[in-house]
Amino acid sequence: MDMSPSTIRPKLTARGVNVFYDDAHALKQVDLDIRAHEVTALIGPSGCGKSTFLRCLNRMNDLIDICRVDGDIRLDGEDIYDPAVDLVYLRARIGMVFQKPNPFPKSIHDNVAYGPKIHGLARSRAEMDEIVASSLERAGLWEEVKDRLDAPATGLSGGQQQRLCIARAIAVRPEVILMDEPCSSLDPIATARIEALMDELKQNFTIVIVTHSMQQAARVSQRTAFFHLGDLVEVGDTDTVFTQPVDPRTESYISGRIG
Amino acid sequence: MTDPRQSPTETILASLPRRRRAEARFHFYGIAAIGIALAFLILLIGAIGHQGIGAFSQTEIALDVTLDESVLDPSGTRDPETLSTANYRAVVRAALGEIFPDAVRKRRDRRKLTALVSVGAGFELREQVLENPGLIGRTMRVWAPADDEVDMLFKGVTARDSGRFTEKQLGWLDRLEAEDRIRSAFNWRFFSNGDSREPELAGILGAMSGSFFALMTCLVLSFPLGVMAAIYLEEFAPRNRWTDLVEININNLAAVPSIVFGLLGLAAFLGFMGMARSAPLVGGMVLALMTLPTIIIVTRASLGAVPPSIREAAIGLGASRMQAMLHHTLPLATPGIMTGTIIGMARALGELAPLIMIGMVAFIVDVPQGPLDPASALPVQVYIWADSPERAFAEKTAAAIIVLLAFLVVMNLTAVILRRRFERRW
Amino acid sequence: MAQTVAAVRGGTRPSLMAAPEGRRARQVLGERVLLGLLAASSLVAILTTVGIALSLLFETLRFLDAVPLFDFLFGLNWSPQIAIREDQVGSSGAFGVIPLLVGTGLIAAVAMTVAGPLGLLSAIYLAEYASPRARSFAKPILEILAGIPTVVYGFFAVLVVAPFVRDSSEAVGFEVSSESALAAGVVMGVMIVPIVSSIADDVISAVPQSLREGAYGLGATKSETVRDIVLPAALPGIGGALLLGVSRAIGETMIVVMAAGLSAHLTVNPLQAVTTVTVQMVALLTGDQEFDSPKTLAAFALGLLLFIATLILNLIALMLVRRYRERYD
Repeated sequence: MDMSPSTIRPKLTARGVNVFYDDAHALKQVDLDIRAHEVTALIGPSGCGKSTFLRCLNRMNDLIDICRVDGDIRLDGEDIYDPAVDLVYLRARIGMVFQKPNPFPKSIHDNVAYGPKIHGLARSRAEMDEIVASSLERAGLWEEVKDRLDAPATGLSGGQQQRLCIARAIAVRPEVILMDEPCSSLDPIATARIEALMDELKQNFTIVIVTHSMQQAARVSQRTAFFHLGDLVEVGDTDTVFTQPVDPRTESYISGRIG
Repeated sequence: MTDPRQSPTETILASLPRRRRAEARFHFYGIAAIGIALAFLILLIGAIGHQGIGAFSQTEIALDVTLDESVLDPSGTRDPETLSTANYRAVVRAALGEIFPDAVRKRRDRRKLTALVSVGAGFELREQVLENPGLIGRTMRVWAPADDEVDMLFKGVTARDSGRFTEKQLGWLDRLEAEDRIRSAFNWRFFSNGDSREPELAGILGAMSGSFFALMTCLVLSFPLGVMAAIYLEEFAPRNRWTDLVEININNLAAVPSIVFGLLGLAAFLGFMGMARSAPLVGGMVLALMTLPTIIIVTRASLGAVPPSIREAAIGLGASRMQAMLHHTLPLATPGIMTGTIIGMARALGELAPLIMIGMVAFIVDVPQGPLDPASALPVQVYIWADSPERAFAEKTAAAIIVLLAFLVVMNLTAVILRRRFERRW
Repeated sequence: MAQTVAAVRGGTRPSLMAAPEGRRARQVLGERVLLGLLAASSLVAILTTVGIALSLLFETLRFLDAVPLFDFLFGLNWSPQIAIREDQVGSSGAFGVIPLLVGTGLIAAVAMTVAGPLGLLSAIYLAEYASPRARSFAKPILEILAGIPTVVYGFFAVLVVAPFVRDSSEAVGFEVSSESALAAGVVMGVMIVPIVSSIADDVISAVPQSLREGAYGLGATKSETVRDIVLPAALPGIGGALLLGVSRAIGETMIVVMAAGLSAHLTVNPLQAVTTVTVQMVALLTGDQEFDSPKTLAAFALGLLLFIATLILNLIALMLVRRYRERYD
């Protein structure tokens, strides 16, 4: 039951995206659609450009001086590299969760409240507490931390920290959440919790996840894109990509011969 | 699990203009801070340059001096003793009398007239005669330094109606100028004389040599000690509480006020060891103690920057740890050590407070010939002149600062070039 | 290979290498002597500190024979000259250190009012905003300021800043003495900017990039990120930078000797002339003094106070910066 791109309007579209670090050509002519309310997994051997591509989607690469991006990336049809686009607004709509949990050196409450606070999303203290509670709840962390919201976030375990970072991201109510290998520093139990969370979150958000684990991609994603040496080799429904890959490179990677 | 809120996009969009303004403001503050620092620097250099540039020229008055034998050497023996104590001032006065025959009749006028020429004119004549006694009896034109007040007048610092000159004096000066007997020449006296009570004769040679001897002492003591201490701490010392204490102590020492080092010098070197006051040797010793922490810190940093693989490779080939350090690590760290040492020396050159504590603030005319002669130093000279009431000393002060800064620029540039030249990325 | 190293360390076990026995032994001996020399020179720094502490303590104790400790620490009147003029020994000169401490504090406060904001803002600019090109232009400005001798700052304060402060305050109707705490403090503040700025720059740069990315990823602007995330994370280190600045301010000598006054007024008005601990140390020790008069000994007592105060500040600052570095390394 392959749904062709014409039947579902993609949330994000990338056309002819190239990325250069100084002279190194890190990403070559990538075309990719990301559909709404799905989990799209980006896989491939390390250094293949999957993280680079993810960071193009909320213009995180702008932080790197030597990085140059060209091509066309659109969010709901709007060019996100248009000079008129405000990065604040873009990143509020496209949230991000990083490889290593990076809670701010603040309390648990203040970590989650930070995004809503800077964007002015809560009109009162009560409303802010409500946002914090519901975000923590959706991130599956509420029960564990509800009695110590004022404790420093750095005291949480790795898995809790990462769920806190997810709560922090969804508190801003973004449309898309980018996850850059969110489980790479976590143990299997914490990983399972986050994978389950992703499944729930896709009801409300569009999720793009970079992962080095093919099993994880197979478990959580509906669509999978395989990158290799800066090329987007293959993209399709996760089942198809894993069972009937078109490109021989995809097949080699999946069967463990490269990467 | 439902979220009652509206989509946040509207709120965020509405907050954007305010936040963009805040962002621009914050960015501006940073640039403004650097801008203020730059403005201050330009103002400082500009003000000192403006003030001091005048001291590099000196107003001189042309005199046709007759080296009258009956005045200078009445017995005709050409005995150096007689020649060096002779009354050269009288010769200068006579030369002025040649130009203004009317003025020298009255005693008061005569004094006013001679006051226009520096007492240095006589000293310079004496030097010439002592060097070449054959000049006696001859008449020659010399450019004598003008008195500092005259110098200030021609440099436009003092106004004609300031009350510092009588009408007659101004008339004489006008005539001298009309006869082309006044010129502004490069002030070589500033570089070849020691200090003097007369601003037009005061120079910085004494201070420069004092600084030179003090810096050499400082270098000879602090460089080997500092490098050796750093090698021990970085390469050989066990990591324990004791070396931890040594390290904290060194870092603290680098931040101890320099005046406290001066007190140490006063109590230990002058009081306890009974060494001479005002000697550059003692100054250099105090500066060495002050520079030592800096040299240790930079040397350790340079040694630490040499990758351990090089050390390990040498030890793997059978070298001892000492050999690995002497033959491999130390040579590779040398540029960094040199750079740090030069910067430490530059700081020592500008240091003043500890020198005051050990009495290097005396008025010293003679140029020191060795590290034990009483001497001042460049920053000391700046301080002494800055405190002197004569207006002409203000420009000398600024000029001495210019010379001091010039030395610092040269030293720091050397350090920068060394660093660039040998910069190595591991 | 291991045996060679062991032989060098232990110095007794015979070497397995081909080198002749005697030469090897001489080499080992030489190295041990050299190592001893190296270790000895590392003691010089300790000896310096001990020397400072002992000489200050010793002379201070002699000073306290003439002037009671209580009068020194809590006296409100400082006029050591009187004792000298009337040729009396110690007892009648007033050696109350409070006015000096107030003056030192006042000038240091003015200096830090300038150096704190300027140093921090320029550090933030250098670490967060400046492009590599802007940095290569801005950084040398601060380095040059750091390299200018303090006697030059002092002269500049007298030449330009003091007259400016006097004229502009009189224009608005304030009474200002020609050697105001304000002029000396402002110039000292500029001198301290590079110290605060370079440490703060290091400290801010050491805040992990991942924290910044976390904030940017939520849509924070750069200034929001710096203010809410980076600065709080860097706070201990920045505290250390400011403390080192204060330590520098209270120990600074030449600027205040040249631009602040000699008379010990007990005031916190920055437009008045005040005197500082360091100014008095210089005043007490210049001119021809007998080494044993309470006047010269007082300089050592002041020196001891200064040494203790800066020691405490430095140690706290170094500890803060060090702890902070360890946290993020």
